[in-house]
Amino acid sequence: MQQPNAQPMADGVLRETASQTAGPYVHIGLALDIAGLPPREQEVWNRLAGDQAEGERIEIVGRVIDGNGDIVRDALLEVWQANADGQYQPRFDSDAPFNSFGRTAATVENDGEWQFFTVKPGAVALANGRQMAPHINLMVFARGINIQLSTRLYFEDETEANAGCPIFNAIESPTRRQTLLARRESDDGESGARYRFDIRLQGEGETAFFDF
Amino acid sequence: MSDIENRRFVPRDRNWHPAPHTPGYKTSVARSPRQALVSLLKPTVSELSGPDFRHLRMGPNDNDLLLNFREDPQHSGLPIGERIIMHGRVIDQFGKPVPHTLVEMWQANAGGRYRHKKDQYLAPLDPGFGGVGRCLTDEQGWYRFRTIKPGPYPWPNDINSWRPAHIHVSVMGPSISTRLITQMYFEGDPLIPLCPIVQTLRDPEAVATMVGRLDMAHSRTMDCLTYRFDLVVRGELQTWFENQG
Repeated sequence: MQQPNAQPMADGVLRETASQTAGPYVHIGLALDIAGLPPREQEVWNRLAGDQAEGERIEIVGRVIDGNGDIVRDALLEVWQANADGQYQPRFDSDAPFNSFGRTAATVENDGEWQFFTVKPGAVALANGRQMAPHINLMVFARGINIQLSTRLYFEDETEANAGCPIFNAIESPTRRQTLLARRESDDGESGARYRFDIRLQGEGETAFFDF
Repeated sequence: MSDIENRRFVPRDRNWHPAPHTPGYKTSVARSPRQALVSLLKPTVSELSGPDFRHLRMGPNDNDLLLNFREDPQHSGLPIGERIIMHGRVIDQFGKPVPHTLVEMWQANAGGRYRHKKDQYLAPLDPGFGGVGRCLTDEQGWYRFRTIKPGPYPWPNDINSWRPAHIHVSVMGPSISTRLITQMYFEGDPLIPLCPIVQTLRDPEAVATMVGRLDMAHSRTMDCLTYRFDLVVRGELQTWFENQG
């Protein structure tokens, strides 16, 4: 077996293709509306839940902030979450009431804020009988980010579930666990309650990022 | 659900990929974490599953950048530049094809200008070129785009930094654990070793994984050249024993 585009590896296991930054123009490829391009037949975007979706409708907003405290205005986020019953729906279908996957992006017009519309995910059961507290996996891409940063959003109003979640508590520092909490900001956002989740890339209050 | 939880991928080698903090690429300095990543020794369904895009409806020209954008639909001019086909396979680290996975790409035009509100480079926009493509891999992991070769362009990093000609490529793979965004460079481009973004990689062999190779066998007589670019995503391990006893 030969390494494509390159030299063969000694142990017969290929190397992953190396990562590179998504760059400042990522929107052309993954967020056409933000780049100013016309939409195609279907786009993957920031409404994970339609009107028929089951569960509590919520809106998540936030900013990505760099090590100088400045807002990252060209960040793109990918979202992966369970439905209100704690089940993932891998099949992406724009006609379905709910999709587990979505994308959103910070925009200059919105002062660097991104948002997505969804339902609050249910607790996710593990095979060993334990439960993970409601959470949303987020991946951050931007100019200056060489390989995506992966984190999880938890809900501050799920204190008991969070305390029992094996992944939330896999973060050794209790202080750093707090960086994953989205705070309920309003009960009447565009669709239901609005939660705020700011992602700090570096320095004070730096968000905990995962390797998996 | 327990099947998914038994899924295992070859761990990502973070010394192979670029480090987050690479001072030669200046924007990375303030955008890279200082704290250690939290290693999930036992990833869960939330990391081991991922979206399946087989039911995403796409247009007939979504993978044909020669035809999929016209600034003025009344005019049918083809984009300016070298016509090329970019094709290859998405395989995993064990050489196994990754079928039906979403491959997305975006690029500058032949003059090195992006059709993006934020790109102010001197080179003009091309009324016949948008710069975005997408497709699903077939049963054997093959994907294909038709486009023009993008131009190199200057960017503010060092006093005189230039990006080599490149096409951004995004692939999902079987789960969010295999998610990868990279860039394809063109074999023989003298700007490759000079680029601060390419230099975020420490190993020349890692750079080689991002170089598309001229594929004369698949070039079309009197029509276009072809570049071959295979993408390797994390390998899925076979689980022989489900529990650890």
